[in-house]
Amino acid sequence: MTPANEEHRVRTPETESAPPHRHPLDSVLRSEVLPHIWCPGCGIGVALGAFLQGLDRAGIPLDKRVIVGGIGCSSRVVYYARADAYHTTHGRAIPFATGIKLANPSLAVTVFAGDGDLFAIGGNHFIHAARRNMDLLVVCINNFNYGMTGGQAGPTTPHDARTTTTPNGNFEFPFNLPQLAAAVGAVYVARWTTLDVRRLRDCFTEAAGKQGFRFVEVLAPCPVSFGKNNDIGSGLDEMDYYRGLEHIWGSSGGLPNRVEVRENGDLAGTEISLHRPIIVGKFVDRARPTFLDNYRAVAYPKRKAP
Amino acid sequence: MTEEKGVALTGSHFMLGDQACAEGAIYAGCRFFAGYPITPATEIAERMAERLPGIGGQYIQMEDEIGSIAAVLGASVAGVRAMTATSGPGFSLMQENLGLGFMMEVPCVIVNVQRGGPSTGLPTSVGQQDMMQARFGSHGDYAAIAYTPSSPQEAFELTVDAFSTSERLRTPVLVMMDEVVGHMRERVVIPEAGKRTTLSRRLPSVPPSEYRPFRVDDDLVPEMALAGGGYSVRMTSLTHDELGRAVTDTATQAVLLPRLLRKVSEHREVYEQYELRHVKDAEVLVVAYGITGRSATGAVEAARARGARVGLFRPKTVWPFPAEALLRAARSVRRVVVAEINMGQVALEVERLIAGKCPVVRVTSPGGEVLSPELILEACGQDRGARVRR
Repeated sequence: MTPANEEHRVRTPETESAPPHRHPLDSVLRSEVLPHIWCPGCGIGVALGAFLQGLDRAGIPLDKRVIVGGIGCSSRVVYYARADAYHTTHGRAIPFATGIKLANPSLAVTVFAGDGDLFAIGGNHFIHAARRNMDLLVVCINNFNYGMTGGQAGPTTPHDARTTTTPNGNFEFPFNLPQLAAAVGAVYVARWTTLDVRRLRDCFTEAAGKQGFRFVEVLAPCPVSFGKNNDIGSGLDEMDYYRGLEHIWGSSGGLPNRVEVRENGDLAGTEISLHRPIIVGKFVDRARPTFLDNYRAVAYPKRKAP
Repeated sequence: MTEEKGVALTGSHFMLGDQACAEGAIYAGCRFFAGYPITPATEIAERMAERLPGIGGQYIQMEDEIGSIAAVLGASVAGVRAMTATSGPGFSLMQENLGLGFMMEVPCVIVNVQRGGPSTGLPTSVGQQDMMQARFGSHGDYAAIAYTPSSPQEAFELTVDAFSTSERLRTPVLVMMDEVVGHMRERVVIPEAGKRTTLSRRLPSVPPSEYRPFRVDDDLVPEMALAGGGYSVRMTSLTHDELGRAVTDTATQAVLLPRLLRKVSEHREVYEQYELRHVKDAEVLVVAYGITGRSATGAVEAARARGARVGLFRPKTVWPFPAEALLRAARSVRRVVVAEINMGQVALEVERLIAGKCPVVRVTSPGGEVLSPELILEACGQDRGARVRR
């Protein structure tokens, strides 16, 4: 929190004696466990807020909501959302969620995890759940590094970006998550930043209303690790970066907008680079039978059991 | 759980140990199986893939054994009895989430049809080399419960019991088979549905507003709210308090971990099973389990036929080891012989319990073959011209 923001907190005798402030999301949050663990400027809380509003607008009842997280900052949303919530092991949220969904298909099961959890240690589960068209909504908070362990390089760290394990710049190439998800069979694929709160909320509403393997990538600031290591500045500075107001990141200044909304779903050029605008938008929205549709159609016995 | 009529294959069958294990699961109400092909456990997956769709169950072949056990845990927290089956390499991959099941207190059954190791080892031949892994394979302190069937009939019965124990104590339970028991075809008698009883997990007895997910009474086993049950369940792999909140401090750990261990150690009556044979006047006691229990039975009977005072202690639950029962059986023996198809694993536990009161002789094997009754007889001091009728 910057000092400028502190000034906006007006403290008067009236507000101090007033009943505790009710947040619009109190009914869908476990407000009793707040404050949360996330750092100032972190984008995960924004993503969670948009997600919960999206579920509300999609009409998903509270007792049908299941959220499964792996390990890492992003997976901690399971503690704060009012839902049946499971904080599992690193990388294994998708198969755990698969078991829940198949055991009780009436549940709306979401996996909420970070880029390292879903695409490094858990990458195999992601591609297979998408291939099966398992009826899951998978939300990846992509903050370009391992935040909880202090900012190491991960599978989405942009080439050349500095982290604590790539002090001279990342010598590996990152995954392009929308392209990956589309290639392995996801029926809904979108990418937004935490600046696009309303678009993100509407995206969650839309995704929550669909069936099959749905993937939403949320680009989120990690100011204390990735932001610091790459001279991006605070979380707000990264928001400004998304808006294209400043040229902070990398050396190739002069681009009018650092984030471009793509309307036509074309996945070309959606790789994230320090040197190009970031393309956001909805890339895939299609229908194909889910795992359970196919199981019911094919696996049920045509002949008597032994 | 009341079994649907016609689901249990009541009657006498000629089937593989692996198939009997699958039928035991179905008999016990298992309606979810997630697995990955691996010799010599594949026939369990095949049987479940054939049987489950027709009885309202779910089979899924996962991308690996890590995903398999994770899916099993997920199915169980949503209220469906669930199992996976594997062998050594897959069992290694499952270890982390086995700990998750213990920490979250998720009932489920994990079958390991053991083959020779280490690594890929002897994929198609017998071993009992994962016994200590069954006890200590996942990181952190935890209490394992492991059954060891000696025949297809026991593969059926002990798999039923494994489900009952896992439900009763809210914890993962292992069935440590071996390749020979898994691939042996014998008569298996399946009782009428419900005849071999299985216990069920306790569901919340209070409304959501009063529910404290990990509160326990003297029983030490918390009531379990299911996903979708309206209880706003919160379960975590982190150290947690009675409300299920992650509280990673030493005080919370000091409450949680001892309770999880005592929950198992103080309910021996739920799971402890063993067979005694000729132990009353025994001077030599043979300890063996799984397929080696069959060799040992042959050895003990051959010794008795010649008038030698040899008895058998065959644990059907190896973990927690039936310590008091062993010490009672070994009270007046001059020698204990431990036979197993490894280089000495359960022998370590027996040696610890016997604590030097008499010699403990190990009959070991690097794996690949069943131990012969002659070898066991020899270790009993009965090697002169020993012949065992097969």
